[in-house]
Amino acid sequence: MDKVKSLDDLRKLKAAMQNATELREKGQNIDKLIEVKVSMATCGIAAGARETMAAMMEEASKRGMKNIVFTQSGCMGYCHSEPTVTIVRPGEEPVTFGDVKGQRITEIFDSYIAKGELVDGIIPLASKSIHD
Amino acid sequence: MTNIKMHVLVCGGTGCTSSRSMEIVDALRAEIKAQGLADEVKVVIAGCFGFCEKGPIVKISPDNTFYVQVTPEDAKEIVAEHIVKGRKVSRLLYVDPKTTEHISDSKHMDFYKKQLRIALRNCGFIDPENIGEYIARDGYMALGKAIFEMSPKQVVDEVKKSGLRGRGGGGFPTGLKWEIAASYKADQKYVICNADEGDPGAFMDRSVLEGDPHSIIEAMAICGYAIGASKGVVYIRAEYPLAVERLQKAIVAARETGLLGNNILGSDFSFDIDMYYGAGAFVCGEETALIRSLQSERGEPTSKPPFPAESGFWGKPSNVNNVETFANIPVILLKGADWFASIGTAKSKGTKVFALAGKVNNVGLVEVPMGTTLREVIFDIGGGIRNGKKFKAAQTGGPSGGCLTEKFLDTPIDFDNLIAAGSMMGSGGMIVLDEDDCMVNVAKFYLGFTVEESCGKCTPCRVGNKRMLEMLEKISAGKATEKDLSRLRELATIIKDTSLCGLGQTAPNPVLSTLDNFYDEYLAHVRDKRCPAGKCKSLMQYVIDPAKCKGCTMCAKVCPAGAIAGKVKEPHVISQEKCVKCGACFATCKFGAISKR
Repeated sequence: MDKVKSLDDLRKLKAAMQNATELREKGQNIDKLIEVKVSMATCGIAAGARETMAAMMEEASKRGMKNIVFTQSGCMGYCHSEPTVTIVRPGEEPVTFGDVKGQRITEIFDSYIAKGELVDGIIPLASKSIHD
Repeated sequence: MTNIKMHVLVCGGTGCTSSRSMEIVDALRAEIKAQGLADEVKVVIAGCFGFCEKGPIVKISPDNTFYVQVTPEDAKEIVAEHIVKGRKVSRLLYVDPKTTEHISDSKHMDFYKKQLRIALRNCGFIDPENIGEYIARDGYMALGKAIFEMSPKQVVDEVKKSGLRGRGGGGFPTGLKWEIAASYKADQKYVICNADEGDPGAFMDRSVLEGDPHSIIEAMAICGYAIGASKGVVYIRAEYPLAVERLQKAIVAARETGLLGNNILGSDFSFDIDMYYGAGAFVCGEETALIRSLQSERGEPTSKPPFPAESGFWGKPSNVNNVETFANIPVILLKGADWFASIGTAKSKGTKVFALAGKVNNVGLVEVPMGTTLREVIFDIGGGIRNGKKFKAAQTGGPSGGCLTEKFLDTPIDFDNLIAAGSMMGSGGMIVLDEDDCMVNVAKFYLGFTVEESCGKCTPCRVGNKRMLEMLEKISAGKATEKDLSRLRELATIIKDTSLCGLGQTAPNPVLSTLDNFYDEYLAHVRDKRCPAGKCKSLMQYVIDPAKCKGCTMCAKVCPAGAIAGKVKEPHVISQEKCVKCGACFATCKFGAISKR
């Protein structure tokens, strides 16, 4: 690590180190962030859920979004529409989107994540998990 | 941008490491690598989470899943289920004892709900061996603020205004201590960190040093700036190897980063820290004894004045603060004295860390605002008394403290209320006692400790405490009279008034406090020759109920002292003269014919 020679250096170092603990900070404030839960069932992974998660994380970083956090969830039972992604905007009911890949990722970012506007392809939620 | 999507935090405190948490780290890393996720998931060795009862603890971020009592063998399942497939491993989640529900987020556990973590803010959150993570959490920003935006006097005033009082036992106002040390002129001054944590059962200082060592380094540097000292000394006990190692690494990292050494952050202020190892003598927690020990002299206290602030380490003005006190300093400077002073009670500000131990369900480290009641700490956070037994007392303040009985359960805990209740804050050890604990025995335990730890310099402490211990032994042997009780109290008062240092002055407290609160129990020992809790062996008798005894001879066979006599198929009898009270017969009897009384 380079020596910090001024208060400014220290501030720069802090900014550079921010991502070291960012995930944990987000975890502590998860209620205040947009939570994107990617369903990681076997069929989800086969349908590209891991790639979807990576692509969405990249999209968020490209847009410089800090108020978003990505987590994984188990099988949601919507095997017909994998990869599925559930988005929880702070204080709102969760909304689940199906077939999330490619162009749909940008679409969801543009409308629901950025503005809270719904897009096509929503799976109506009929169940609640014990963790909700 | 990094691809890391998950952090797995494993507790690396002394408690969890002794339950193989480092093997968990290795197993998790191996399994994550095997699954090809090494670029996406980071395993972090963190400091103590405080919930030692349920350790080892593994926490996953950002979904905040808190796994308890994890073994290395569980690593595979955690990776395959949670990390790969997003399914929580239910069997490793904390089960709420009241609702029997699984709780995955620690925020919803009773143990954490009422806690406010200031001193422990980074413990269990950052990697203590990574200075970058400390800096990411505003680390060293308070030092920067002090050097560039405040004069030394302003720093002292801010600490004074915060109302912070020493967390090591005395509760002396920290800002005032700094002010006095700052007022002396000298070519060299010292900042001393007292990391000689000695109260039986207390381990908050160890946990801070293990989990957040940089907070102590930063605070010592701030103190150095405030009082005009360029040298810091940490007096730490060698029996804390992990804390020693982490602090050492942290000091090296701070030097390499330029946060210790000459011209810190390009300013005129220079400060560096040395570590000294203590051999673990309780008396060396007393500041003058500590300083003598630092100078390679016998760890004996000297009379005050002169106070260390005037003439301390090598005769130079020195300021001694305890670890937990220092841990509060950076936060006070960053968030402001008013914020800190808004927490707590009228004369005790901020929070206090307690090491909760004894007959309580949730053993661990808890940090609560001053003014929290004993009931909240023991019954809400601590989850109540083990095995559904009845609460009898809470011993606070360690060997210098006293017992708080049921009538103090709703008293807000702060420095002054505890003293008014006949106990003290001490360093924050809190040992919960239940109906099976004998108070004479408890007093004997603590007094035994102080007799062992007395340095022997002054007579009241060296001889007086020994005589008191003999009286207690006489009481629990059933050989004392009521006159002994009044002599015990008289001697305790004299020792309190005439001892040289804090150790001797407070050593009689456990005796006085139990005499005050449990006089009946003492009376039962001396008058009825009976120990109500059944703990004092000499006062206990094993007897055979002739109506229940079948004469099976089993008890006579197991008795190591040959104290049981009787013919086959006829009731047996225990000779009380020969009986050594080992309890072997009691454990062997199948008919419940043997009882204690």
